[in-house]
Amino acid sequence: MIIGLFNDWVVVVLMMSGLYIVIAHGNLIKKLVGLAIFQTSVFILYISMANVEGGSAPILAEGIKQFSNPLPHVLILTAIVVGVATTALGLALVVRIKEAYGSIEEEDIQHLDNQTQDETEIQATEGDQS
Amino acid sequence: MKDLFAVVMLLGIYSLLSASFFVAMDAVDVAFTEAAVGAGISTLLMLVVITMTGRSEKTTRHKPWLALLVVVFTGGVLIYGTFDMPYFGIADAPIHSHVAPRYINESMKEIGIPNIVTSVLASYRAFDTFGEVVVIFTAGIGVMALLSVGRRPEEDEKTTAIDDSMHEQYLVIRIVTKMLIPFILLYALYVQFHGDFGPGGGFQAGVIFAAAIILYTMLFGLTTARKVINQSFIQFIAAAGVLLYGCVGIVSILNGANFFDYNVLASDPVAGQHLGILLIEWGVGCTVASVMIMIFFNFAGRKEMQQNNEKISNIEGESP
Repeated sequence: MIIGLFNDWVVVVLMMSGLYIVIAHGNLIKKLVGLAIFQTSVFILYISMANVEGGSAPILAEGIKQFSNPLPHVLILTAIVVGVATTALGLALVVRIKEAYGSIEEEDIQHLDNQTQDETEIQATEGDQS
Repeated sequence: MKDLFAVVMLLGIYSLLSASFFVAMDAVDVAFTEAAVGAGISTLLMLVVITMTGRSEKTTRHKPWLALLVVVFTGGVLIYGTFDMPYFGIADAPIHSHVAPRYINESMKEIGIPNIVTSVLASYRAFDTFGEVVVIFTAGIGVMALLSVGRRPEEDEKTTAIDDSMHEQYLVIRIVTKMLIPFILLYALYVQFHGDFGPGGGFQAGVIFAAAIILYTMLFGLTTARKVINQSFIQFIAAAGVLLYGCVGIVSILNGANFFDYNVLASDPVAGQHLGILLIEWGVGCTVASVMIMIFFNFAGRKEMQQNNEKISNIEGESP
């Protein structure tokens, strides 16, 4: 019955694909997409844990004895809505970064940052000399 | 994949698929939320953002091997960890043995509503949900602080003219949407009030309500939508929802019970529970709907400002 762990493996694969996108891609929108995939994998982990063989949706009705566990459902329901609110906050930051740097690629942003840092350092040394 | 539009659409499809996955695993409330939020609102917000930041990804990393190594290693460790997990669907797994039986067996007697998810969400774990609502409210305020634009009245007339010419094109969509919007709003209210008996509740209703308003904004322009729903009114409603939720807790303290213990809100404990759940679901619904509308208005307003700036700079560039 090793196939009984299949749900956990699906979650691990999804979670790792999300993590890979977050690490390997420089584009900030893609990083947010990766975070969204990671997030959904956690949702699936909780919901699959709540499932009971032969159970029914946790709404009380006549003639149903076995229910899924309602507690993970509650936690994930609120987590989804909070997730979209925080994603919106991340997207707002991306928009502001685009306005400030003219790019949403991580490498370009770091390059621009280093440039301005070098310039300020040069200015500082020139100030010392004079 | 370089095209971010395709990436975002695939994410939307993935969300919808995971919603059907949740239905298959008996989590109807969660599936409802995921379909409305993941496939609807978050895809839409990402699309708005890629219209502002550019549609194609520029670079690829040259050395993905380190990332791949980290991911494979972490994945391997996690897979190793799963061998101690209980098998899928087993009824006597540890997760089903602590508080869950009490929720399933006693909630009808104590709370008196059939949907266990709603009674756990709004009564047993009301304090938790209060925290989530505050997080959503804070995120809304954060988006507002990052993106809100000061509006100059003399530019309004120009933008209205642009909007009108833009939105007259899609006649069929406009008429069909106009007919659909009342039904969407009605459905949102049904979800709000029927949450005690079937899948639904404040979170889902708020998102569906916001989706109707966002649809209207997309078709008739931001200026028109701002005339229908004042932005400061929306901000007021968002705060009022959180306040209503908190006040229910305070009132139960004043009546000599614990925070969010609704038994004392009416003479009969079960009636008190009903009243408390009704009120806090209203608070949740108001906050979620208005924060979602607020977030969309801010993104759309930012985009409009960028477009206007481009137009002004184009005109100035041509004139000399």
